[in-house]
Amino acid sequence: MLGRTANDLFWLSRYVERAENMARLIEAGYRIALQPRIGDDQDSEWISTLESTGCIDVYKDKHGEITTKNVIDFLLFDPSNPSSIHTCLASARRNARTQRTALTREMWESLNGSWLEFQAIRPDTLRSDALPRILDWVKERSAGYRGAMLNTILRNDTYFFSQLGTFLERADNTARILDVKYYVLLPSTNMIGTAVDTAQWETILRSVSAHMSYRWVYKESYRSWRIADYLILNRAMPRSLHACYHKIDEALADLSALYGEDKPCLVTAKSTLALLERGDIDTIFQSGLHEFLLDFIARNNRVAQEISEAYHFTG
Amino acid sequence: MDQIRAADLKPTFDEMNGFGQGIREPYAAVANWLDALRVEDLRKKSAEAELLFRRTGITFNVYGDTEASERLIPFDMIPRIISAAEWRRLSAGIEQRVKALNAFMYDIYHRQEIIKAGRIPAELVVQNSAFVPEMIGLDPALGIYSHIIGVDIVRTGENEFYVLEDNTRTPSGVSYMLENRETMMHMFPNLFAENRVAPVETYPDKLRKTLESVTPRNLDDEPVIAVLTPGQYNSAYYEHAFLADQMGVELVEGPDLVVQDGVLNMKTTQGLCRVDVLYRRIDDDFLDPLTFDPSSVLGVPGLFDVYRAGNVTIVNAPGAGIADDKAIYCYIPEIIEFYMGRPPILQNVPTYNCRKTDSLKYVIEHMPELVVKEVHGSGGYGMLVGPTATRAEIEDFRARVKARPENYIAQPTLALSTCPTLVEEGIAPRHLDLRPFVLVGDEVRLVPGGLTRVALRKGSLVVNSSQGGGTKDTWVLQD
Repeated sequence: MLGRTANDLFWLSRYVERAENMARLIEAGYRIALQPRIGDDQDSEWISTLESTGCIDVYKDKHGEITTKNVIDFLLFDPSNPSSIHTCLASARRNARTQRTALTREMWESLNGSWLEFQAIRPDTLRSDALPRILDWVKERSAGYRGAMLNTILRNDTYFFSQLGTFLERADNTARILDVKYYVLLPSTNMIGTAVDTAQWETILRSVSAHMSYRWVYKESYRSWRIADYLILNRAMPRSLHACYHKIDEALADLSALYGEDKPCLVTAKSTLALLERGDIDTIFQSGLHEFLLDFIARNNRVAQEISEAYHFTG
Repeated sequence: MDQIRAADLKPTFDEMNGFGQGIREPYAAVANWLDALRVEDLRKKSAEAELLFRRTGITFNVYGDTEASERLIPFDMIPRIISAAEWRRLSAGIEQRVKALNAFMYDIYHRQEIIKAGRIPAELVVQNSAFVPEMIGLDPALGIYSHIIGVDIVRTGENEFYVLEDNTRTPSGVSYMLENRETMMHMFPNLFAENRVAPVETYPDKLRKTLESVTPRNLDDEPVIAVLTPGQYNSAYYEHAFLADQMGVELVEGPDLVVQDGVLNMKTTQGLCRVDVLYRRIDDDFLDPLTFDPSSVLGVPGLFDVYRAGNVTIVNAPGAGIADDKAIYCYIPEIIEFYMGRPPILQNVPTYNCRKTDSLKYVIEHMPELVVKEVHGSGGYGMLVGPTATRAEIEDFRARVKARPENYIAQPTLALSTCPTLVEEGIAPRHLDLRPFVLVGDEVRLVPGGLTRVALRKGSLVVNSSQGGGTKDTWVLQD
């Protein structure tokens, strides 16, 4: 396989995953914005959403004031925002078009169809109650693409690089969501355990579709460290860091077997997986959740970088 | 009257109705089908087909357009049908032609006997911009220069077929031939049950076999083949990707390739991998900045040296454009006689070469009746269709031809055949041509069919997709 193809497949999966995560984030933010206001700080709830996406500075430069309409427009439709759903879908489709030969017809048609439908949406005529529908649509399309991939693609390097893109992006997003929520929400210690606090933690879980399963797993009400445990260490939770690294490790091991050679990225991924396997949430909280997450995001980036080098993504 | 319709000049042969003597035999079943169909049904199906093409992404890019405006080539669902007997003659003529063209290229890049024999003026070859001096004395695998040729054929009567152009460089459109068939079979399976339509689906397999047969070295296992594209903004990108996919070979861009240790390599996830046959879809000038255009970033530095050393086969060979040069075209009947020892089976359109004084005089005087073409123009650009042109356009072209006569050829306006086509006012006859695709390797391979292009505007003779033409499925019937 061409290095460029591997690179495009890897990023194609990342963009699809990122679009889905963006939809989840907007959904969570929108839910918070619908809840009774905390004080008179209008629309400040969106700050944490913008923080999670890492593009709050770009937003401020463009719009200044934070308003629900502008934030949604920025996160959904703005082609100048590198992480907007628009940009993600356009980039995914562009990569797919470049690599049509590597994709099955169903994968291509799923992406091409998404892009054509998305382009037909006219943001200026959008009614506010249409938002949940659009966000559901984004999640559905993303799931549809992944389904097409899982159902039709050969289990060779095409699949392995696609999996790597999906799970590295997902791990990054889960870590960011956790970090920002934790960072933004927790400092005012007097709010811990209040109804507001609980409601906001619930939205985090909602954003990863895990607010119901949480109860089955922990059999108690939402608590920050339990939620952290769930999203970081619980392997059964498909968006947790542990679950993501299990998939990453698997894909890298498959690649090594296919090509008959171990690469440094496999070692880094294995050590990250081991860290999550033997991790203990109390220890993580004691040494600082924020520090743990920052370290994880850096490791995750390193794995991505090492993959790119090992498999000649740039030639 | 400023505008005369070409169709008004001469009686027009219709593929379905001939010169109005009733339904021609190959069209019997399709005519019944059309009779039973309401135009609205056909329109509905047409919209369905369009959606199918859009979803599949069968689009072409128009230069200067943004990514957002990839366009669909309009697809007309009334097929163009060729009988088995007609096809036998066409294919024999095409085979003769492509063999002669390749023999001609071998000769002019070697001993130039045709020039020595005085059959072709030397300056027409050696001073031609399509002639690549770097190719002199070089021996491509099996002595073949043009492996993939699209022969443009028009018809003016029951038995009157003319070759309009031989596309010997990087002809495109084969993906449309295949997708049109795919779409027709999907939408009207019954029609195929009623007609014995020869399959075209074997093309990718034949292409692969052709490319494998021109490998530069003997290998124990399969040679590595790659398709070289300028990238996704090229007008024919869809086709490049389609062909690579159908053959199961890599689609590469210039930066994916590198010359090392005298061989051509592609950069893969496992390091470098040697390429044996490169089916390039970029022009000669851009192939290798070290040998040709130094400013090009599309090609591969050093590629030509590897080719010279016989370590890679470039398909089609650099310099293959000499055979479809419009100035050489006038000599193709002579070329066929010279190399094949027989008169051509398929005729050329009579052509006035403006570099000849008497021809120039005739062209200048008869411009409103002629089609005037720039020798190096393509895709319907740089041409004048006299009968449909305005007085001002004719004057403009007259001045251009006078200024640089060697740059122009002219042909009488042919009454191209028509075929019933779904247009705004209903089903109406529209002019068309045919581009069969032929492959030359260890043998000549030709799939029964081709791309039929149809001019959608009433009376128009310009069928090019860049000029708003559409396509049809082309059926070759079996006996």
